[in-house]
Amino acid sequence: MANFEFVTSPAPTKDIKVGLGDGDLVKRSASTVSPPAKALTPVAKLIDVSKCIGCKACEVACLEWNDKRIPVGENVGSYDFPPDLTPNMFTVMRFTEWVNPQSQNLEWLIRKDGCMHCEDPGCLKACPAPGAIVQYSNGIVDFDHDKCIGCGYCVKGCPFNIPRISQVDHKAYKCTLCSDRVAVGQGPACAHACPTHAIVFGTKDEMKKHADDRIKDLKSRGFANAGLYDPPGVGGTHVMYVLHHADQPQIYANLPKDPHISPIVEVWKGLTKYAGLAAMGAFAVIGLVHHVVTGANRVSPEDEANAEKLTGGRP
Amino acid sequence: MTNSWTDIKNTDLVVIMGGNAAEAHPCGFKWVTEAKANRGAKLVVVDPRFTRSASVADFYAPIRQGTDIAFLLGVMNYCISNDKVQWDYVRAFTNAPYVIKEGFGYQDGLFTGYDETRRDYNRSTWDYELGDDGYVKSDIDHPRSVWNLLKKHVSVYTPEMVERICGTPKDKFLKVAQMISECSTPTKTMTSMYALGWTQHSKGSQNIRAMAMLQLILGNIGVRGGGMNALRGHSNIQGLTDLGLMSNLIPGYLTIPTEKEATFDTYMSTRGFKPLRPNQMSYWQNYKKFMVSFQKAMWGDAATADNGFAYDYLPKLDVPAYDILRIMELMHQGKVNGYMCQGFNPLLSAPNRKKLTAAFAKLKFLVVMDPLQTETARFWENHGEYNDVPTASIQTEVIELPTTCFAEDEGSLTNSGRWLQWHWAGGTPPGEAKHDTWIMAQIHLRLKALYQKEGGAFADPILKLDWRYKDAGNPTPEELAKEVNGYVVEDVRDPNDATKLVLQKGKQVVSFAALRDDGKTACGCWIYSGCWNEAGNNMARRDTSDPDSTGAYLKWAWSWPVNRRILYNRASADINGKPWDDSRKLLWWDGAKWTGYDVPDIAPTAKPDVVGPFIMNPEGTARLFTRGMMRDGPFPAHYEPFEAPIANVLAPKVRGNPAARVFKGDMEQFGDAKEFPYAATSYRLTEHFHFWTKHSQVNASMQPEFFVEISEQLAKEKNVKNGGWVRVWSKRGSVKAKAVVTKRIQPLTCDGKTVHIVGIPLHWGFMGETKKGFGPNSLTPYVGDANIETPEYKAFLVDIEPIAGPVA
Amino acid sequence: MTAYDVESGDQVHPGRPVTVDRYTAGARLNHWVTAICLVLLALSGLALFTPSLYFLTGLFGGGQWTRTVHPWIGVVLFVSFFGLFVRFWKANLWKAEDGTWMARMRDVLGGHEENLPEIGKYNAGQKVVFWAMSLLIIVLIVSGFAIWDQYFAQYTTIDQKRWAVLIHAMAAVTIICVWIVHVYAAIWVRGTISAMTKGRVTGGWAWRHHRKWLRELVSGKK
Repeated sequence: MANFEFVTSPAPTKDIKVGLGDGDLVKRSASTVSPPAKALTPVAKLIDVSKCIGCKACEVACLEWNDKRIPVGENVGSYDFPPDLTPNMFTVMRFTEWVNPQSQNLEWLIRKDGCMHCEDPGCLKACPAPGAIVQYSNGIVDFDHDKCIGCGYCVKGCPFNIPRISQVDHKAYKCTLCSDRVAVGQGPACAHACPTHAIVFGTKDEMKKHADDRIKDLKSRGFANAGLYDPPGVGGTHVMYVLHHADQPQIYANLPKDPHISPIVEVWKGLTKYAGLAAMGAFAVIGLVHHVVTGANRVSPEDEANAEKLTGGRP
Repeated sequence: MTNSWTDIKNTDLVVIMGGNAAEAHPCGFKWVTEAKANRGAKLVVVDPRFTRSASVADFYAPIRQGTDIAFLLGVMNYCISNDKVQWDYVRAFTNAPYVIKEGFGYQDGLFTGYDETRRDYNRSTWDYELGDDGYVKSDIDHPRSVWNLLKKHVSVYTPEMVERICGTPKDKFLKVAQMISECSTPTKTMTSMYALGWTQHSKGSQNIRAMAMLQLILGNIGVRGGGMNALRGHSNIQGLTDLGLMSNLIPGYLTIPTEKEATFDTYMSTRGFKPLRPNQMSYWQNYKKFMVSFQKAMWGDAATADNGFAYDYLPKLDVPAYDILRIMELMHQGKVNGYMCQGFNPLLSAPNRKKLTAAFAKLKFLVVMDPLQTETARFWENHGEYNDVPTASIQTEVIELPTTCFAEDEGSLTNSGRWLQWHWAGGTPPGEAKHDTWIMAQIHLRLKALYQKEGGAFADPILKLDWRYKDAGNPTPEELAKEVNGYVVEDVRDPNDATKLVLQKGKQVVSFAALRDDGKTACGCWIYSGCWNEAGNNMARRDTSDPDSTGAYLKWAWSWPVNRRILYNRASADINGKPWDDSRKLLWWDGAKWTGYDVPDIAPTAKPDVVGPFIMNPEGTARLFTRGMMRDGPFPAHYEPFEAPIANVLAPKVRGNPAARVFKGDMEQFGDAKEFPYAATSYRLTEHFHFWTKHSQVNASMQPEFFVEISEQLAKEKNVKNGGWVRVWSKRGSVKAKAVVTKRIQPLTCDGKTVHIVGIPLHWGFMGETKKGFGPNSLTPYVGDANIETPEYKAFLVDIEPIAGPVA
Repeated sequence: MTAYDVESGDQVHPGRPVTVDRYTAGARLNHWVTAICLVLLALSGLALFTPSLYFLTGLFGGGQWTRTVHPWIGVVLFVSFFGLFVRFWKANLWKAEDGTWMARMRDVLGGHEENLPEIGKYNAGQKVVFWAMSLLIIVLIVSGFAIWDQYFAQYTTIDQKRWAVLIHAMAAVTIICVWIVHVYAAIWVRGTISAMTKGRVTGGWAWRHHRKWLRELVSGKK
């Protein structure tokens, strides 16, 4: 059972003395689960964009902890390296040079991108493989690679464009919120490595409180629209941002303003599924009923005779 | 650092100028975010580029590289004109009231006494006027008082002049000046965080002095959250200078004798440090104790009072210093036979790479001790255009001795805050790698054997070197640390009571206070004395207790001197010993003695209104006027870099720093703005550490390829595409790089001229995991700071053009 | 001088009973390859379509294999069906009598052939199946490529993929329904299946269901 308090300083991560097992699941892809007997306290990672210096220590910590490597590439005219998430790179810094139209001052917006761990995860909703995507009662959305079939439906389900399919083992990868570390009482590796405590981890309530303090500070520094990014469209997220310009999340490398699971995906995974099964079933049943009612459409001896007549009788 | 990393959280205003802490010191930068979170501190960044530090700053102002002095003297002028001065501090704790000799002056960019042929000053007028009592005359209203001279000296640096020289828009300059000036009250403090952005100029020392003076005027030295905080670029570079790994220093900032100082007595005669004001401690009066103890540590029984404690064994300098530029110059002239390179990659670190390659090729042998494959060790190897050398014609024998990495070794690292933190080996060295100490010991023993067998000129310094290690071939870190701390050579008894033993032979000395000038103590480095005394290894302490959260952490590791965390901390209290700021108390006078959160930087019973806080100075006060200690002027003055896009506005005839040393032939290698129109600067990126991490796959993947940064405007003008290839060249060399076109670099207007800036990061070479690339030192000029010869890497001229891409 | 809805290989063998060659061996092979592909596609597709049918992945060696082979089978089906299309398209062109046939659906479903006009090689129902299959297969292959991430991930945006996956699912449901009609019709109308197994039908069958075709064959033969 989660029992912890959050300290903003100096500990950037928080021990959570719980294991994460099948008994802690609240959602499981392509299956139903009975709610856990005891729900864990929801956790969250808070990324304070206003404190982030883009040092990429989190990226390195992520590679190291997950034992992944990415190739040495080429400079593409920016500090964004690697330029995008990959099956081996679960988090990247996205650098945006933004001129504030009000002050005419340059702002270098640096956002750590990665899985948001939605309360209502689109990936999980889209996933056809039972148990390949799970959500624990503390909010962590995790991929079970033994069950993943690499179909890429999670990519279509995700409102944030996060999962990446490996071309090596054809399985989907994304940030796990270090569920393996959290399960043994450690915070995520990225939060652990962050030198400025721009990434902190704790219960979602405490993270929101911490965010409030940060937002107050930012407002006092002239960021009137500072705010928390915890989008309700996906039921809130377990990775949240403090933004200086929360009214315009899209300036942070296209962070969606009002993310939600795409209606196309909702229709696909909702109406289409049920209507489709019903239609196929109906066709089969109608055929059966028709056959029972009308009986077989047989060729009669007269028909044969007529054919013989037409062809000129016996050969 | 005068203060410590952990103390930065106590500040109200962080000024990052001459550095980029978020980029180059991300872990230390956390204390800036602490200050912002805990005290609502503001962060100001002044830099030619909008840096990672600027990305989290409250205010950013651009500046042209190499014009920091004009900016800082401008701020000083602003503070003085607007009476934003902490007067009680300035009057009591600085030399502002002292009277300077008649004849001192400054005109046309030059101080009195300049000799153009020697590029040096006769500094005799740069000194105090002494009264009949032998002490300095003090009268702040005197026309020649330091204060009045300073006021006049900075008066030319108006906001308009700052804009004209620095390119900083006037409103932005005024905003910064106003924010800084607010820290002149006793209850507001500013900290200065700087690094090589200030040192790597031909007037680097004066850049730092200018800010130190500003901090004194604001009363920010010696207080919590204040100070001059040099962010050291390597984890142990502070330890390097402390231990005197410079050609003109011996450990603890004692100086190597010159050849004019033929005897120990002559040497000591100029190091008396008689107080210049009544009752002052003038702590350097103890110089002889430190020196003799050092000599005892070096030569043990062979160092006796009769032979000036083996003074003859010490080398004597024939030049001010054999700094990196001089030694490479001598090598280039073919005057150096062998060069030992220990943990150093000069082929990428010293300026004018073409000259370096030619210099190395003239060596008979080159020894490289390093854990990594350095470019220096492979200077002879042809790597296409990345190292296009005629291998067959190079006869230098290169010997590589693989050493261990820090994590494979035990010992102490001294951080920027002067903390000696002991660390333990985390792994075993791979292959044939050996600890540096083992290698050095083996070389010593073999040399010694050769001298014993074959004799030779002046063998004694080697033969008689004190070498009291259990395993002569492998001194342990513990043995070395204990030797550095110092020990008692002979019993010392109380002069008044012979039965009382004051110091017992063989014991560790408690601190440098126990050191003696009679040879009865030995100490490898006096400022480190106390690190491993009879209480044990104080550097290994890991107690995080911090009473009242002052950030002192006195029981964590050990800091020099004597575990003091903030230097000059007596200045945190006023002339009566009362803290300036009750919310930020550090030290106070309790009526009988000094007490507080830190180890007092003054004799514990020295009366506050009698003894000044700056005990290392014979006058007991801090110097707004340095006397003759700086080669290029007692005040900082604006000089352009040797390669500058505009002429010196204040003194058009003066090129560069007039007192900076320039070797024959190098002056001709400086480019001018007509031929090379763009102002270049070099810097680090956070993804890498110098030339080390390009050997790490993970770091290499984070920032894979050499690039240069230019503004969108310059890119348009030169038709450079973002992510495309460019060639950048100076008078000394040419590099090819990817172009990063960015809004973070903006052209500046200086003296009516548009100045474009080209940013050149430094992490690439032809060895390691990254893509092959170049270092900025292929381009940089061969000139250093006038005082300490740190090369001018931060400001030089280049041209740029788009190209198709390098030939593989 | 073959009539336009007589396909090559169609031939009448007078006798008792009369037999009529309806599909050549090539056409039949072509059909059954297509048919098997379609069944496999339906099974593997349905496995990924709804969790209740995920167990069907077991037929293909698990989820990973199902995901891997499904698009490849789709490619085979497409090529195979293209063969059928080339063979059959002409005879499936819409004719005047097809409208009448459609209008008399009650008689069609009731098996009252006597009330229906004489029909060529394919009746309107078969033609609808044919054209529906043709259209749906194009939709399926195009939308299928858009979600075949293993090779083509970079050619479409995620939003396009979302549309593609929805369209693919809807088209698949439709084609399965069409397939049910097709199979049921073959079963209901006795004597039909032999056309695709043995390649021939009885003269009576042809007289009853495709009299115009039979007449043309006979007249063509004479």
